[in-house]
Amino acid sequence: MGDRPADIRIRDFEEVDTGLSPGEAIAEAERCIQCKKPLCVTGCPVCIDIPAFIHKVAEGDFRGAARALKEQNMLPAICGRVCPQETQCEGACVLGIKATPIRIGALERFVADWERQDGVELPKTARPTGKRVAVVGSGPAGLTAAADLARAGHTVTIFESLHEAGGVLTYGIPAFRLPEDVVRAEIDQVLDLGVRLKKNHLVGRSVSVDELLGYDAVFLATGAGLPAFMGIPGENYNGVYSANEFLTRVNLMHADAFPEFDTPVLHGGRVAVIGGGNVAMDAARVARRMGAKVFLVYRRREEDMPARKAEVLHAKEEGIEFLTCTNPTRILGEGGCVFGLECVEMSLCDLDASGRPSPEPIPGSEFTLDVDMVIQAIGTGPNPLLVSLIPGLERARRGNVIVDENGRTSIPHVYAGGDIATGAATVIEAMGSAKRAAAAINEMLSEE
Amino acid sequence: MKRLYKVELATKLADRVYEYWISAPQVAQHARAGQFLILRLHEKGERIPLTISAVRGDAVRVIFMTVGKTTQELATLRAGDSIMDVAGPLGKPSEIASYGTCCVVGGGVGIASMPLIVEELKAAGNHVIGIIGARSADLLILEDELRGICDEVYITTDDGSKGVHGFAADVLKKLLGERTIDRVWIIGPAIMMKVTSGVTAPYGVKTYVSLNPIMVDGTGMCGSCRVTVGGETKFACVDGPEFDAHQVDFAELMQRQRIYTGQEKVSLERFAEHQCRCGEGGDHHG
Repeated sequence: MGDRPADIRIRDFEEVDTGLSPGEAIAEAERCIQCKKPLCVTGCPVCIDIPAFIHKVAEGDFRGAARALKEQNMLPAICGRVCPQETQCEGACVLGIKATPIRIGALERFVADWERQDGVELPKTARPTGKRVAVVGSGPAGLTAAADLARAGHTVTIFESLHEAGGVLTYGIPAFRLPEDVVRAEIDQVLDLGVRLKKNHLVGRSVSVDELLGYDAVFLATGAGLPAFMGIPGENYNGVYSANEFLTRVNLMHADAFPEFDTPVLHGGRVAVIGGGNVAMDAARVARRMGAKVFLVYRRREEDMPARKAEVLHAKEEGIEFLTCTNPTRILGEGGCVFGLECVEMSLCDLDASGRPSPEPIPGSEFTLDVDMVIQAIGTGPNPLLVSLIPGLERARRGNVIVDENGRTSIPHVYAGGDIATGAATVIEAMGSAKRAAAAINEMLSEE
Repeated sequence: MKRLYKVELATKLADRVYEYWISAPQVAQHARAGQFLILRLHEKGERIPLTISAVRGDAVRVIFMTVGKTTQELATLRAGDSIMDVAGPLGKPSEIASYGTCCVVGGGVGIASMPLIVEELKAAGNHVIGIIGARSADLLILEDELRGICDEVYITTDDGSKGVHGFAADVLKKLLGERTIDRVWIIGPAIMMKVTSGVTAPYGVKTYVSLNPIMVDGTGMCGSCRVTVGGETKFACVDGPEFDAHQVDFAELMQRQRIYTGQEKVSLERFAEHQCRCGEGGDHHG
């Protein structure tokens, strides 16, 4: 079990963490003290009955554990791998106060992987209600809502604009963190509940808004999308990517395997990745696996990075050089190609509204980083395409759909969840918002 | 392998230029002038954007020139073969309204974009002039079709083998000097759009060009297709593909179109080698 050595894993896209063995899983589960009022559950955005599934693992009843997990979460192999457990379930675990919290994420993954090997058992679905629900987007939020609504007996159609389902799970998160077959298998489980998937359907273009609004209920989960650029000179040189583009080329289109696959991607010798989130880590580690020397440029300190701690650690182990308290000011290029990134060092002053120190440039500290490729991973905005086409759908200034705590929008039978509603967030937060919306949709449809 | 989008008709129109009708109901039923689709031939294929040239029932027409590996491979498909993925219609539709007299200019394979724009402009009550230009007479496409829907059609060839000896820009310039033209559309290679739209600038005639940068998803997610228009970064896939010609940074567009020149060559050579080995060198379109 555990992480594969960094010098080996940077040569491939195989998974970093090899997972727990059955013996290790049981031993870890036996450490759980089965709290009467389990704090871990309160830390879980999708409210998994964590003590119950861990108890089954401790008993060696992995099938029972899988059933307990899938009561609330149809994507456990994914969540076990990508959730920021340290700030959620594991962060809340009482054992963590004095010693090490239970490795809940690792156990969740173990159970889901075991089930995938041993044979998947689908949860029961309610009798058909005859209600039709449209889900727009097949990312974590869309899949979660679709699963809950299908289990409640509704006829669910997911519209996906790309040629593959999964949203960010497919185009965004690299295989060494989330293998493709794991994502496919969990999507298939959702589809096996009777959910219809229409790929290559961009709602608002391939499906009219009228047709969409003709469903008994609509769940918008179109995600973030629109990559943000810093607005510094040189951004449109060849060799400057948004992390979305770079990752999509590699993860979705397999450009790392060009020319076996038709989609190309540039191979930088020295690559600067700008940002400090999970996406920045992913982009940096993908570039590293493609043979580059990689610099991660972040304007605050390492401890301010929003990325999961494990990803920061993995990135450092893999030889990514961190340039913190550093802000890019200009991309240098010639003949359209990049040859450098001009940066300035930042001093950290007072705490800003987010509780993080607000960085200020230090005059005279400018320097040029010798790179031939730049990847900007500074965030994404809500995808405006569909939501701007729906008349009467209220949006906030930043373009995200305004919802209440149950995902209700300004249109009675239209709900929204995930990044399109909340702004950029984690997979599990998207899933949590989708579950609440699905419950509200179900309630609305039962009242009719 | 599940293949969903059937090629209904495949015709060779000119040297390296092909007309394909593809069954794609969700695209055909909603396609408007100025929009494009993205297709992916097979599991290992890339996503390439192609303008929607016409619609008939559940089928859409695309017209393309074989320039890279994917277009060459597409040209090997025959009627009855299938394409794995077709998504669309994508992009904003053309800004169609009743303007008065409109001129729609097509260069080379860009002529393919004209019919839908002309039809919608006609339906809105405009007098529509078509100008079609190509290197030589044998590369001119859709002449009869455009004669059938435009009020006037002018032809230019670079070598003088048909119509006016010269460029579409020359005819456009002459027309602008003679009468009032209220709106102009120009679709063709980037350099042709740059040069031709330069002609309308002194007359202050609002001119649209349809930009063709490299795309991946085509839905506003990746930013590959970013172009500078009026000093601002725009995404051609969702903000375009049509933009105010006089605001477009064509030099940057042309530079960004060359990002993968090296890889495209590798891919093409590899494909040519494969075709040779499989004995598929022949041209079956006749």
